Amino acid sequence: MDRHRDPLSARAWRAVGYGVPLAFLAFFFVFPLAEIVRRGLGSGGGESPWSVLTDSDTRQVLWFTVWQAVASTALTILVAFPAAYVLGRYEFRGRSAVRALVTVPFVLPTVVVALAFLAILPEGLQRGWAAILIAHAFFNVAVVVRVVGTFWARLDPRVSEAAATLGAGPWRRFREVTLPLLAPALSSAAAIVFLFSFTSFGIVLILGGPAYATLETEIYNQAVRVFDLRAAAVLSLVQLTCVALAVLATTRLEARLAIRGQLRSERDVLRRARTLGEKLVVLASLGGLALFLGLPLAALVERSLAVGGGHSLAAYRALTKPTAALLATPWEAVLNSLVYATGATVIAVVVGGLAAFAIARSSRWSTRLFDGLLMLPLGASAVMLGFGFVITFDRAPVDFRSAPWIVPVAQALVAIPFVVRIVVPTLRAIDERQREAAALLGAPPRRVWREIDLPIALRALAVAAGFAFAISLGEFGATVFLARPDRPTLPVAIFRFLGRPGELNAAEAYALAVVLMVVTAVSVFLVERIRVRRLGWF
Amino acid sequence: MLQVEHVTVRFDGRTALDDVTLDVGDGEVVTVLGPSGSGKTTLLRVIAGLQRPDQGRVVLDGRDLASVPPHRRGIGLVFQDHALFHHRDVAGNVAFGLRMRNEPAAAIGRRVRDMLELVGLSGFEDRSVATLSGGEQQRVALARALAPGPRVLLLDEPLGSLDRRLRDRLLDDLARLFAEVQVTAIYVTHDQAEAFALGDRVAVMRTGRLVQVGTPDAIWAQPADADLAHFLGLRNVRDGSVVRPEAVLVRVGGGDGNGVVLAAIRQGPTVRLVVSLDSGETLEALVTSLEHPEPGDRVSVEIDPAGIVELP
Repeated sequence: MDRHRDPLSARAWRAVGYGVPLAFLAFFFVFPLAEIVRRGLGSGGGESPWSVLTDSDTRQVLWFTVWQAVASTALTILVAFPAAYVLGRYEFRGRSAVRALVTVPFVLPTVVVALAFLAILPEGLQRGWAAILIAHAFFNVAVVVRVVGTFWARLDPRVSEAAATLGAGPWRRFREVTLPLLAPALSSAAAIVFLFSFTSFGIVLILGGPAYATLETEIYNQAVRVFDLRAAAVLSLVQLTCVALAVLATTRLEARLAIRGQLRSERDVLRRARTLGEKLVVLASLGGLALFLGLPLAALVERSLAVGGGHSLAAYRALTKPTAALLATPWEAVLNSLVYATGATVIAVVVGGLAAFAIARSSRWSTRLFDGLLMLPLGASAVMLGFGFVITFDRAPVDFRSAPWIVPVAQALVAIPFVVRIVVPTLRAIDERQREAAALLGAPPRRVWREIDLPIALRALAVAAGFAFAISLGEFGATVFLARPDRPTLPVAIFRFLGRPGELNAAEAYALAVVLMVVTAVSVFLVERIRVRRLGWF
Repeated sequence: MLQVEHVTVRFDGRTALDDVTLDVGDGEVVTVLGPSGSGKTTLLRVIAGLQRPDQGRVVLDGRDLASVPPHRRGIGLVFQDHALFHHRDVAGNVAFGLRMRNEPAAAIGRRVRDMLELVGLSGFEDRSVATLSGGEQQRVALARALAPGPRVLLLDEPLGSLDRRLRDRLLDDLARLFAEVQVTAIYVTHDQAEAFALGDRVAVMRTGRLVQVGTPDAIWAQPADADLAHFLGLRNVRDGSVVRPEAVLVRVGGGDGNGVVLAAIRQGPTVRLVVSLDSGETLEALVTSLEHPEPGDRVSVEIDPAGIVELP
């Protein structure tokens, strides 16, 4: 069929699909990164790069970064698995509400998550590796529940039933049929959780304290507190290398585990819990998860109301008034966040969407490389991005320090990997025969794309847009470097309040966190309404 | 009208189609009969333009189709398992080909209604295709392929995924429909009953080659070789000839007989008898009477010479 395609327009479209994302990435990601490297490794001042690399402190940091990420991933899967199972097998009232609610912690600013756990954990556990792992599990549980649960809900139950007729008991069926079939979803969820835990910033900074530093907090520490650009640069490169290796490994794994055409509609798979045992399983799984996710959030709400020894809405009323913590009213921060997040969403959907179409079309090594490249901002970490922007775009002709679009661009960089990961599997899952059928009914190649690929992709793009919006709303690491003092976003405002003493400041921080939580929940819930049952993993 | 000329297709060194030549006349229905893996689907994909032949060509109305892309061939295909557009409703599926030709909305609406009536799905316009039964999906796929009025309609095991009873009913419907719309069609199946019921001519395919092309009667009267005879259910093959089961006459009692009945299997109005002759040979016979010999009965067997077919 390929030889029939109009070669000129096909080439033009390919150029756009690869060119726009590559140009965007080159200018806003590679360029700042190169600047970090240049300033860090270039001539002049400080110890040599090698001495940073071979330093025993660096080895210690690297070791802790890796093992806490692995342990966090394992704990997250353990905590999320019962709920993923329930969402993947049972139909029940409020199912889509559960899916939406479980996502709230994922889009909360990490600073807020960390504080919620400081408030709720017993004295001895407040700081240290255990607190970090628990907070990571809280934060990432949505990834496993949604990715694995959604995929599970589309696995043909008859395959497992076939195994039963062949004499396999429940445990054997799970181990030898269900688990291998779930492997693509499990591995991609695990990869995402690993990367998040690896590059986690706010949680480790606050819950780890000085004794438990990861690469990310150490980069921040060196760049902002010690102001040792060289050490920050070397550590950044170590981090980037680790993440690139991890991404490469997971893309290969994903390609090998990919299953096509065996998925069914949720409607055919899900059923109501019938026996008492099944009902108990559903109740216990969801109830357990609700407690795990709900208690820290309840503590958050309680704190926002705790003013002057009692409980009142004083903190919320104060949001419209000027404060010493900010150069704007907190309410303006809410509006700033909405505007910035909208801009970031548009950028992320356009750039990520174009890339997704290019990636889904081919499986050549160059395309896989392109795919991996787009995932890199995920691993470069928000702190590195923000820091890179600050030291790169600070002089003519690229002085963008006060440009209104610089914050949305940085947030879009963080969101693009998600857009790609949501849209590509949906596009890849389109049955080639649908395109053939359209062609035989008289649709020329570009019309086939418009009639088959685009309508299916549009819904995936809508889902991706919702996620990009939520991520941009909660983005903290990069925004804290870039947002102008008179135009703070919600997370930045929360952070500023936390840095100030006083009960009302703390309560206002928590009140803003509650506002952020509500806005996020609403946007995720709206996505839930438009998303297609049959397509997309998120 | 449609000529397939010396078409050969290879996949990674395996020959899927081997020098296939087939002529289909205007308004004719040709069924392609063969076991799975014999190259039937590949043949359809070559004709539709979805698969490029390594050798040979496809000619429609005197025009070589080599440089014509699938969307300009005017050839309809009903896919195995239908390949319906799940993001569109029933009317959206049927209207698709008409929209591609930029027909006015009113004309499309009329045509969609006509097509759905033709396949017995009137009033299904707004239904989601995911909610349809297998038989209904099958009908939508057929209506979708027929709506633009293709020069040739290709059908790839369209009844393959349906249960027996539904299949028999749809088979009758299809035969009626082919006669009604006078469409030129190539129908691929592994089911002998389907092939013989629907085809003006039957093309028998095996391992990428056409073994025999002819009317159902001609193929039944003179199978091209022993394998085909066996495939058609003619099991009495001996010394390069086939003995038709209805030409094997079996009588109970009356003398010593020359064989013993091994099995008596009722197949609708007829009974198939398997008889072991004293000579060591096994023959199959077909009897139409209600009373028939039982297994273990000693019988005498004669062969009507008119029922012996010499294989080439």
